[in-house]
Amino acid sequence: MTQPHEIIIQPGRGELNYWRDLWRYRELFLFLAWRDILVRYKQTTIGIAWSVLRPLLTMLVFSVVFGKLAKLPSNGVPYPVLVFAGMLPWQFFANSLTESSNSLIDNANLLTKVYFPRLIVPAGAVIVSLVDFFISCLILGAIMSWYRVVPDLKILLLPVFLLLAFLASFGAGLWLAALNVRYRDFRYVVPFLVQLGLYLSPVGFTSSIVPEKWHFLYYLNPMVGVIDAFRWTLLGDAFPVNWHGFLLSAVLVLAVFLSGLVYFRRMERSFADVI
Amino acid sequence: MSTMIKVENIGKKYLLGHLGRREPYVSLRDELASGARDLGSRLLGRARPKGLCAGKEDFWALDDVSFEVQQGERVGIIGRNGAGKSTLLKILSRITEPSTGLVRMRGRVASLLEVGTGFHPELTGRENIFLNGAILGMGREEIKRKFDEIVAFAEIEKFLDTPVKRYSSGMYVRLAFAVAAHLEPEILIVDEVLAVGDASFQKKCLQKMGDAGREGRTVLFVSHNMVAVEALCPRAILLENGRLRADGRQREVIDAYLCQNQHIPNGNLSERADRGGNGSIRFQKITVEASDPRGPITAQTGVKISLEYSSSRPIVNPKIMIGLYDKSEVATYGLDSTISGGLPGNLPSSGTVTCTTAPLQLTPGPISLNIAIFNGGDMADYVQNAVDFFVEEVDFYGTGRMPERGWTIGLIKYNWDVA
Repeated sequence: MTQPHEIIIQPGRGELNYWRDLWRYRELFLFLAWRDILVRYKQTTIGIAWSVLRPLLTMLVFSVVFGKLAKLPSNGVPYPVLVFAGMLPWQFFANSLTESSNSLIDNANLLTKVYFPRLIVPAGAVIVSLVDFFISCLILGAIMSWYRVVPDLKILLLPVFLLLAFLASFGAGLWLAALNVRYRDFRYVVPFLVQLGLYLSPVGFTSSIVPEKWHFLYYLNPMVGVIDAFRWTLLGDAFPVNWHGFLLSAVLVLAVFLSGLVYFRRMERSFADVI
Repeated sequence: MSTMIKVENIGKKYLLGHLGRREPYVSLRDELASGARDLGSRLLGRARPKGLCAGKEDFWALDDVSFEVQQGERVGIIGRNGAGKSTLLKILSRITEPSTGLVRMRGRVASLLEVGTGFHPELTGRENIFLNGAILGMGREEIKRKFDEIVAFAEIEKFLDTPVKRYSSGMYVRLAFAVAAHLEPEILIVDEVLAVGDASFQKKCLQKMGDAGREGRTVLFVSHNMVAVEALCPRAILLENGRLRADGRQREVIDAYLCQNQHIPNGNLSERADRGGNGSIRFQKITVEASDPRGPITAQTGVKISLEYSSSRPIVNPKIMIGLYDKSEVATYGLDSTISGGLPGNLPSSGTVTCTTAPLQLTPGPISLNIAIFNGGDMADYVQNAVDFFVEEVDFYGTGRMPERGWTIGLIKYNWDVA
């Protein structure tokens, strides 16, 4: 038998073993993500097709509504490409948020019967959205080559902004997951937030059309900076990033992530009792 | 032997809301609404109990429980439903935090609080083995290594690649237990999982748990199956209403539990439907007390059995028989009114008959009574397990020692000499 280590259980003493446990349970984290992906694609023939269809259809609708009907400027890039490049990070954020906010409730049976660091559950939900993200990347690649838009070396910065998107969705996901356990009606808030966010974020349009006086409020939406940055790395200097605004968004992302972590950890000890 | 588990003054408190709500969660909308109501009342100067705290009450699921478990011990945890057993296991499994107290545990803990935790119906048996194993704390390498053993134990070789939703409940349970059985934790915590499954499966499970104990693992076993607990666990702990009532040799603790359950030294029989006899007389009530009603029933006291009856016909040549039985249904004493201490030839159509015995001379433990009454040679009423009482401990031999109920039921005085 392996060297026994001592566990001490006491009210208010969750912290000490937690981070070590997160490492020890890393395989469970992968298994839960693997399970969710498998289940998603097992029974539905539409499963994989849906990951392709959804972004494509949205892109189509936005291109027609914002590009053709509203005739918003596209700075020399074909409108569909502009939309899809913005959709990439947004879909990742929206999916991660939705999945992770419901993750604790969906896994209620595990929470009341087995011990593992609960942080794994919303984290696993985010990973599933990552798979969708990569599929969308492939589609974007196809669309960009169709329109003969070639990205420059800035594309190497993409992982950095992906990380920012991850922090944004994971942070918000942690908040909502924990709140959802205690106040069940938060589950209805999320789809509404996502809906609203889609129009408040530069997915269907570019940030350049937002008037100066609204800038501060506009950039309070943490995803604005992320989406702008994505567009810039993929499509070049036609879409300059307002670096002050970006900084504001980035700071907010960090704040949401850290506060989400703190809140989640604090509420964690009562999950099994309340769920 | 080292201490593996040390529980000190553990308590767990839940808040109960009495607002007709059955779920423990709230909705933000309700809390905001009641918050607004309170504000409104306060503004209007009306006294009102504070929003959601109205009617909330503390419920101590566990209260000041302490015990220690050494390495390799197998301990049964028994008690009625609601006694706090599952709460204790949840605390030891770190699923919920205690409200007070401290627990120290050494070694890897694996908890089986439910069969098939995390099984997903869409995944195949093979996939679920990996998933369930990971959930229970096994690494992927470990699961791969034990994969064949697990499949063999569960006997589902042919169904490995079928989705689990197509399994019969027996197969499901076998697979779930097979995975759990191959955990190698230092401390194994098992909660009533044997309730599902057929006899051969239960036997297999018990065997596996016994093996775990023999391999030096510590086992905590919660069950309502007293036979299983008695067979598997040399030591048992009894919980009642969140408190530790007994901790010691399993036979004694089990007896304490059984008596707690059947705590009716006074039995109201008027409602009992399961009785024999032609019904012309019916026992209404039975009471058992020590010959000195101020004290307990012991080996040195006799008992006074009072039987209240009522009859639809005049009673002629009545005969009353009372059987005193040990819990394993061995007849200890048989009292027959025609053999000793006779009743009058006629009895009033309703009344009370009392039987007083000499000192019982029985080892401490539960005794249950069967009673029957005959009217003119025909059996008029017969009730099994009419009432139970407990023979309390007493220093019968004056030496501070007493044989156990398991060895002998009766006590007799004796001397030893060297010829």
